[in-house]
Amino acid sequence: MAEPEHGVSRDDVKKIARLARLHVEDSQCGAIADDLNGILAWIEQLGEVDVEGVEPMTSAVDMRAPMRPDIVTAGGIRDQILANAPKAEDGFFVVPRSVE
Amino acid sequence: MTDLTKMTLAGALDGLTAGDFSSVELTDAHIEACEAASGLNAFITPTFDLARDQAKASDERRASGTVGKLEGAPLGMKDLFCTEGVKSTAASKILGDFTPTYESTVSANMKADGMVMLGKLNLDQFAMGSANETSFYGPVINPWRNGEDLVSGGSSGGSASAVAAGLCLGATATDTGGSIRQPASFTGTVGIKPTYGRCSRYGIVAFASSLDQAGPIAKTVEDAAILLESMAGYDPKDSTSLNETVPDWRGACGQSVKGLRVGVPKEYTIDGMPSEIEALWQQGVDWMRDAGAEIVEVSLPHTKYALPVYYVVAPAEASSNLARYDGMRYGLRVDGENLADTYERTRTEGFGDEVRRRIMIGTYVLSAGYYDAYYLRAQKVRTKIADDFRNAWDSCDVLLTPTAPSAAFPVGRKINDPVQMYLNDVFTVTANLAGLPGISVPAALDGNGLPLGLQVIGKALDESTVFKAAGALEKAAGFTAKPEKWWI
Repeated sequence: MAEPEHGVSRDDVKKIARLARLHVEDSQCGAIADDLNGILAWIEQLGEVDVEGVEPMTSAVDMRAPMRPDIVTAGGIRDQILANAPKAEDGFFVVPRSVE
Repeated sequence: MTDLTKMTLAGALDGLTAGDFSSVELTDAHIEACEAASGLNAFITPTFDLARDQAKASDERRASGTVGKLEGAPLGMKDLFCTEGVKSTAASKILGDFTPTYESTVSANMKADGMVMLGKLNLDQFAMGSANETSFYGPVINPWRNGEDLVSGGSSGGSASAVAAGLCLGATATDTGGSIRQPASFTGTVGIKPTYGRCSRYGIVAFASSLDQAGPIAKTVEDAAILLESMAGYDPKDSTSLNETVPDWRGACGQSVKGLRVGVPKEYTIDGMPSEIEALWQQGVDWMRDAGAEIVEVSLPHTKYALPVYYVVAPAEASSNLARYDGMRYGLRVDGENLADTYERTRTEGFGDEVRRRIMIGTYVLSAGYYDAYYLRAQKVRTKIADDFRNAWDSCDVLLTPTAPSAAFPVGRKINDPVQMYLNDVFTVTANLAGLPGISVPAALDGNGLPLGLQVIGKALDESTVFKAAGALEKAAGFTAKPEKWWI
């Protein structure tokens, strides 16, 4: 694992936080970088394992994804869906403006 | 009258059937115990009024001849299960006011079987933690103590404490890396994580979907079997639910282990593990041999890589699963200067430190340039870990290991290194990665008078053999110790 060994920088923390939609103060970046580097350094040991030709395990059980008819199974519940909305009006979610 | 809160679930169900007491009486006794134990902080949302109504309805059903598997039994529900009309928080601020309009399949199954729900139990926030200290609602206190307050283990800490303290006859829990079995070990209770796919994940707040699995925490192995029989079953609403019938697990509990091949994996020992745990493990081996089992030494060579694999796979899945908390459709919204700022403030204020940490790790290992080096590699090592078990099953039927590398530790113990905390799951996480059933059985008290558990891991879908082995272990251990009721 060549690249990751260089570790996470303060700039990387900013970038990861942006990708994760989390707010990070500049003053916290160093501590978070140290934290992540500690965990990643421990994860680096996976580099010792020979995984040549090994299939990645993507499911805990050996099964095919089940198919079902493409029909509405639980529709007509608008008010239930809106019941926990932080803001709703006239049967719609109210969200912040996203297009100027 | 006998103290109804000291009964096992099996005993209480028998008592109800015999008419020795009503569900209302049984439920009232437990509500009283819950009210006296508020210092344990086991509940986030008690539902005592609902419980009284359900108990009354249960007594009426019984009088009319309808008796479900859990008829009239007062139980606790981990607050990770969505319950219709009852707040379901995942111990987080972001879901602090979330009241589902639907019911999780597991809790629906239990309701249909006559459960009385005492309330929603505390846990680590989004089930991320091993000490129940990441809850937005404060840590759960272990009823067992050693001069100071001890953690209950996690993430199902509320479930474990409530059962150990006699606040409920049993409780639901979930296990992503050990969150049923480790708290069971810390509190002298029984906890089983069944095969991945046995219990529907529908309506359970998702953490890491390829690892999450529900199961019960109970007072005895038989009680765990009764609860799991109700919780499990095929559900088309979960695409990973297994279309398998639920066997008679209760009946398996008392069966003989004569001729059963019990594997002892030599890799299940770590530096700094108390010698008492090593000795207890050996004791467990002797108990199984004395009960007629054949002991086989086996090797699971990739065991040491299980935790690092877990801390790539679980955060990766969590970062994806928790992307849904954007403050738009449900949950907390913190208004910011613009849409992106609103997202960031909502998520930063709504999630606790450990949850944000795991989202950050997960986002990093999935990001461009690192995906192959971390995530893909971890998935490949996961295959090797699952292969280790497949090879072991050539020579044995179940595995016997310690459940956790320590007994319960003090609340608020300063841990600067998150990796140190992650080590709690070192013996349990392998079963999650491989999708296998695992149970923790209380086996002994350590020198400080704190409970320690032993774990039995079985083949996929072979819970029956796991219950059989666990029953034999329970019988040999004769663990009857109860914590002193210092909290009253």
